[in-house]
Amino acid sequence: MDWSWFPKYFPLFVDGLFITIQLLVLAMFFGMLLAVPIGLVQVTGPRWLATFARGYCTVMRGTPLLIQLYLLYYGVGTILATYPEVRQSFFWPILREGYFYAILAFALNEGGYGGEIMRGAFLSVPKGELEAARAFGMSPMKVLTRIWLPRALRNALPALGGETVLMLKATPLAALVTVVDLFGVADRVRQETYIIYPPLLTVLVVYLVLTFIIVRVFGHFERQIPSRR
Amino acid sequence: MFPEILEFGRKGFADELLRGAAITLLIAVSSFIIGLVLGHIGAIAKLYGGPVSRGIAAIYTTVIRAVPELVLILLLFFAGTRGISALGEAVGYGPIDINGVLAAILVLAFVQGAYSTEVIRGAIQAIPVGQLEAARAFGMSPLQVFRRIVLPAMLPNAIPGLANLWMVVIKDTALVSVTGATFELFTATKIAAGFTKRYFLFYFISACIYLAMTLVSNFFIQKLERRLRRGQQELG
Repeated sequence: MDWSWFPKYFPLFVDGLFITIQLLVLAMFFGMLLAVPIGLVQVTGPRWLATFARGYCTVMRGTPLLIQLYLLYYGVGTILATYPEVRQSFFWPILREGYFYAILAFALNEGGYGGEIMRGAFLSVPKGELEAARAFGMSPMKVLTRIWLPRALRNALPALGGETVLMLKATPLAALVTVVDLFGVADRVRQETYIIYPPLLTVLVVYLVLTFIIVRVFGHFERQIPSRR
Repeated sequence: MFPEILEFGRKGFADELLRGAAITLLIAVSSFIIGLVLGHIGAIAKLYGGPVSRGIAAIYTTVIRAVPELVLILLLFFAGTRGISALGEAVGYGPIDINGVLAAILVLAFVQGAYSTEVIRGAIQAIPVGQLEAARAFGMSPLQVFRRIVLPAMLPNAIPGLANLWMVVIKDTALVSVTGATFELFTATKIAAGFTKRYFLFYFISACIYLAMTLVSNFFIQKLERRLRRGQQELG
């Protein structure tokens, strides 16, 4: 195996690692911002909102993430580019970047998967606790922020850990829309030096390590939760 | 009503998309089935194997499930096609040019196998031990126990997990397009969109086709699960 490329590309790999972590954190953050209301309206919302949320989850979970990403990057991106107002606007440098579309697509996708998890998590909170909160005179909003959401998030923690690993494994798709993440660097080494395996094996090991870190971190948080078992 | 580019024939891309969808289904079905076989082998190795086979199965499932599919697909695709070609040369057959669809099937099957292993292992472990002991007490051979007791008792437990995997493999076929060796739905869409510059239209249509595939199979899986669960007590 030829490792002569390694010293030259090592700084790029470090940059790529940070881009991958950024993608993961931002996508999970915005994804969960979306997932909580999507889960909630399916449990308590009006019928039309619940139906809409369920449909959203079905579509996001039923189509490949790659299609969603391309639909946004090439589809929406080229449509936006036809409007001169958009091209001249302040936001165009952002709207032009694959990075933006990658995070958008990942977050929307996570909203679908996370919404399904949060639906189950909201349902799993014992009714008595919510009734007790209401009996204390809390407004519905307070019940949600003080009791319902924290309890639901705790119940969902193992599933969210798995979801984070899945999101990490989705991030290399960003390389297909010009983002130079970890995988993007490996791809670049392949294109520039025709060396295939060593860079791919390198990122494989890094992803393996990242996965184990995520599993450990979530395991740590799960142990923080007092339980009677 | 439809623009010309959506017609069948030379001017339109409808037939290309349909052919792509057929190849996608072919890849998905084949790799799902091979993955199931690998999953059974892996699960049996994990549950009843010796230390060596258990160790191999553990490494297989851990590594495959912790690494992005895209990385695995590229790695296995290049390594696999080159390995088979080298094998052909070693036995004096000359370099073998492996078909892109076949390579895609084998790569996805290898990935699916790791996930199936865990689903099937969990489903087998959920069978009450007494049932297996009873079967053995009746004098059934291990194979008979597996066919008569383990398989029918495990299937309803495994169906939700396997249904998930089936959805995953349909969606993973899109990733195979990065190898550029198959003409499945995603590649067909990419070509059509790039050729006509109607990106939104074609990716939207393609998303609808994928959605139709998953929705239709969801419907049948639900029916299948209800049939497999007949005679079981309803929970809740």
